[in-house]
Amino acid sequence: MNKVYACIDGLKTTTAVVDWAAWSANRLGVPLELLHVLERDPDSTAVTDFSGAIGLGAQEMLLQQLSDLDAQRGKLAQEAGRQMLASAKVRAKAAGVLQVDGRMRHGEFVDTVIELEPDARLFVLGEHYQAVAASKLHLDHHLERVIRAVKRPVLMATDEHFAAPERFVIAFDGSATAIKMLDTITRSPMLKGLPALVAMCAPDTSAAHEQLRAARGLLETAGFEAEETLLSGEPEHALPLLMESQGAALLAMGAYGHSRIRHLVIGSTTTSLLRHCKVPVLVLR
Amino acid sequence: MNFSSTKQTWFANIRGDLLAGIVVALALIPEAIAFSIIAGVDPKVGLYASFSICVIIAFAGGRPGMISAATGAMALVMVTLVKEHGLQYLLAATVLTGVLQILAGVLKLGALMRFVSRSVITGFVNALAILIFMAQLPELTNVSWVVYAMTAAGLAIIYGFPYITKAVPSPLVTIVVLTAISMAMGLDIRTVGDMGELPSSLPVFLLPDVPLNLETLKIIFPYAATLAVVGLLESMMTASIVDDLTDTPSNKNRECMGQGVANIATGFIGGMAGCAMIGQSVINVKSGGRGRLSALTAGTLLLVMVVFLGRWVSQIPMAALVAVMIMVSIGTFSWDSVRKLREHPPSSSIVMIATVVVTVSTHDLAKGVFVGVLLSGIFFAHKVGRVLRVDSASEDGGQTRVYRVLGQVFFASSEAFIAAFDFKEVVPKVRIDVSRAHFWDITAVSALDKAVLKFRREGTEVEVIGMDEASATLVDRFAIHDKPGAVEQLMH
Repeated sequence: MNKVYACIDGLKTTTAVVDWAAWSANRLGVPLELLHVLERDPDSTAVTDFSGAIGLGAQEMLLQQLSDLDAQRGKLAQEAGRQMLASAKVRAKAAGVLQVDGRMRHGEFVDTVIELEPDARLFVLGEHYQAVAASKLHLDHHLERVIRAVKRPVLMATDEHFAAPERFVIAFDGSATAIKMLDTITRSPMLKGLPALVAMCAPDTSAAHEQLRAARGLLETAGFEAEETLLSGEPEHALPLLMESQGAALLAMGAYGHSRIRHLVIGSTTTSLLRHCKVPVLVLR
Repeated sequence: MNFSSTKQTWFANIRGDLLAGIVVALALIPEAIAFSIIAGVDPKVGLYASFSICVIIAFAGGRPGMISAATGAMALVMVTLVKEHGLQYLLAATVLTGVLQILAGVLKLGALMRFVSRSVITGFVNALAILIFMAQLPELTNVSWVVYAMTAAGLAIIYGFPYITKAVPSPLVTIVVLTAISMAMGLDIRTVGDMGELPSSLPVFLLPDVPLNLETLKIIFPYAATLAVVGLLESMMTASIVDDLTDTPSNKNRECMGQGVANIATGFIGGMAGCAMIGQSVINVKSGGRGRLSALTAGTLLLVMVVFLGRWVSQIPMAALVAVMIMVSIGTFSWDSVRKLREHPPSSSIVMIATVVVTVSTHDLAKGVFVGVLLSGIFFAHKVGRVLRVDSASEDGGQTRVYRVLGQVFFASSEAFIAAFDFKEVVPKVRIDVSRAHFWDITAVSALDKAVLKFRREGTEVEVIGMDEASATLVDRFAIHDKPGAVEQLMH
């Protein structure tokens, strides 16, 4: 558990992902590994034969034909991936990361991330990690599936230009998970030295203020410069608004607290926050 | 942990799956009718079965992209049951088959497939192709020249039409053209309608009309057991073929249970037992089908077409079906296995041919596979039995003879083991070093005893060393095999 994984796909968020990953690796003082997963898109199998006729050696011929097609496609994808990794490596080195490695894997993206999880300290992903096949239809981005699948923190980079954050905002809801998240933040070197703002969406009651003050106290004991703010309204609207007024900032929040079933019925705050936020979000479990 | 989601196997390839499903449905109809005729039941039994198995496997199966329905392999097993006891017993046997298959899935018997070698699988496939072809012969004997002409024309369309366009399934064109000709000219040839009842409605739930007693079980159990074995064998084989074609993994145990669920449900709606189909699965993949959706489409479409076009389906001349079935048998046959018969090791080729011969002569795929597996086991034992060497050396100035045994000692090599000792030599002392040998069974141990005894009777003093290491394998304690260094320990 000592690497920052930057998951790159060659789309427009790639440079932002590399920059954010480089920044995190420098802050955490750990090596950076660039990960590119070659997924197979079953949809791209171009078939023009609907004759349904099978003759002598049909099976062998079909196997030959399909594997030739895959071989060609695989070669192209590998070459493109190699170039992408090479240029990302140059970029990360320029950002001052001492140890940068590249890695390409075949398979499904989320499976690969789960396999690599034991080595990972943090995953950095683009806002719209290239979604093939099923994900195109459903708003089930790889990002969301990764956040659900892994227990390590995930940093979502947006496609805006990278600017080193000058402060960070903590989305706080007073729950036990949120307090655990505060604990994680205070023990990690990643955000050390940056001023913090604890934001909570709740009715204006003394209990809420009490909780906020306690959270702020936790941060201050750990040596953070911290402020607090109470917002009204739904977090998925109020928080993005707040972030816009904060300049170069990072939003830290806990992930998917409730069950998959409840998510199906009422949707998840985390998902809609991820969709609405224009700034990078650090999701902690 | 595998994260492949339900969405991935259902909706990753919608367009391809829908189109392939249509192609498969059109090819399934003639097959389902033809296999019902092989089994000796009304076409509706096979058609209902194909619908329900295809649809249920779409949900319950472990191999997306594979097509299951009423099959020739299963139809061949049930022939005598239908002939002697009637349809109701077949339905009961179908339900029991499903139960046995689910049991096999729960007990994870899919793993037993690893004892079925490649040659046996090829033999199974070839035998199946030959049996499907042979089942068409009754339609081609004692008939007028018109039937021959129709069948030939059908085959010509099937293989010729794709040269004109590949956008339309050529078996469908064959059926439409031949049916039109036969109706227009009022030809007096056999049609599907002559073969029995076609479905006129959607299937309904019904209990097999058999007495629920031990007598019934005695009748149906042997058939159900054979059906379960044959069905699982063909399904596992087809699954690995689809695995290879699409380069994706499958869940074999889920497939076993899925086949079971499909057969149980099918028995209760009046369908015959079925399993995965090699030919149809190849057609499906060839037409671009990869996901579960193609099987669902094929099954649903099949039923819709048959129920609503039943009047027309009954007019299809048997000659058209025969042509389609000949195509299926040609496409199922593994042409490579014949071409490479001489390149492959003789033992593999013998196993393949034996599987084919036994299956074709008994009409029972389970027996063929049994013989194939047995033969491959014997050949393997024979080969491993040759991995045995006994070196001998003279020590102590000719006073001691040392035999060093290296390799595998078991029933197949024990004769060679004994023959390696020179009992005629007159020495006061013999030392047998077996520390680098493996004694796999009782035969091996008794062979050693025999050798020791023989030396003793000649008045020679015998010492056996290293027996502990050698007989460690005899204990059958396989627990050490998965520990690091186990291979070195075994192979020295």
